[in-house]
Amino acid sequence: MLVNGKEMSFQREITVLELLVELKINPDKVVVEVDFEILDRAQYETRLLLSDSKVEVISFVGGG
Amino acid sequence: MRIYVNEKPVEAAEGAALLEVKEKIKPHADVVVYNGFITKEDFILKENDRLVLIKKGEIPSEDEMEAMLMSRHTPSVHERLKQCSVGIAGLGGLGSNVAMSLARIGIGKLVLVDFDVVEPSNLNRQQYFIRHLGMKKTDALEELIRECNPFVSIEKRAVFVDASNIMEVFSETDIIVEAFDNPVSKAVLTNTVLRSMKDKKIVAASGMAGHYTGNTIVTRKIRENFYLVGDGENEAGPGQGLMAPRVAIAANHQANTVLRIILGEE
Repeated sequence: MLVNGKEMSFQREITVLELLVELKINPDKVVVEVDFEILDRAQYETRLLLSDSKVEVISFVGGG
Repeated sequence: MRIYVNEKPVEAAEGAALLEVKEKIKPHADVVVYNGFITKEDFILKENDRLVLIKKGEIPSEDEMEAMLMSRHTPSVHERLKQCSVGIAGLGGLGSNVAMSLARIGIGKLVLVDFDVVEPSNLNRQQYFIRHLGMKKTDALEELIRECNPFVSIEKRAVFVDASNIMEVFSETDIIVEAFDNPVSKAVLTNTVLRSMKDKKIVAASGMAGHYTGNTIVTRKIRENFYLVGDGENEAGPGQGLMAPRVAIAANHQANTVLRIILGEE
């Protein structure tokens, strides 16, 4: 699958949440777009990513 | 032909010169603003031209005030700004700076949203002054905006923004500026706007702490209705504080993005 433009592959199907854990990204500080659809936070646990999924993860850091 | 002097319609002879009109109406004026631009030169005036004549040190009368404050606004730009309502989510280093810039360029309406009060650690980068300590940020910022442009319509919401009230608080806005400090709040607001308020645009910010070069703070268009400002990485934390210069750079990227969205220059 493509994650932020980079090719990544996994042994098995993984969820969005598992991808975020793998990338060491806090799921409460992101916007996740899968195949151009913005996902709700509640979908991260269940939404399975496919080998041809296009994923964009936009992370927020603190400060303002 | 008709021209406008201090926003009032005036009949002028065809081919009249700018300095000739000035001599007739306000000979002691020392600042001449011609169609939004300060000039010392003479011009031949055209139908619907706008002249603002200002005497330095003179406090304008109430009916001249709006014309003089607006004199540097490019007329076609100003008319579009005046129609627009912008929500500012968080009135800290980002939000207070974004709001002041948008007020100065003559935005029509601002919805100012913050639950907190001004305290001393805000003054290193936020627009407030010592006299505002203890005041609600919504009230303090309203006061500052009124002092530089009393013609902005202001709605104040002193509430903590969370998933339960975002749609209601920002329902009347066209563009939402995400200006929170807390990254979880940043994500909740951005996700809610992108998923449930698809007729709005959001201009968010991430990464502006420290004293790195200002040149890494950029504006990116992530998707049709989502813009992200910042360097994307420099988080506020122990040993890496938020400082006025980079925070104001990011804030004014946000304000400029709002302006460009309004003008259709995306």
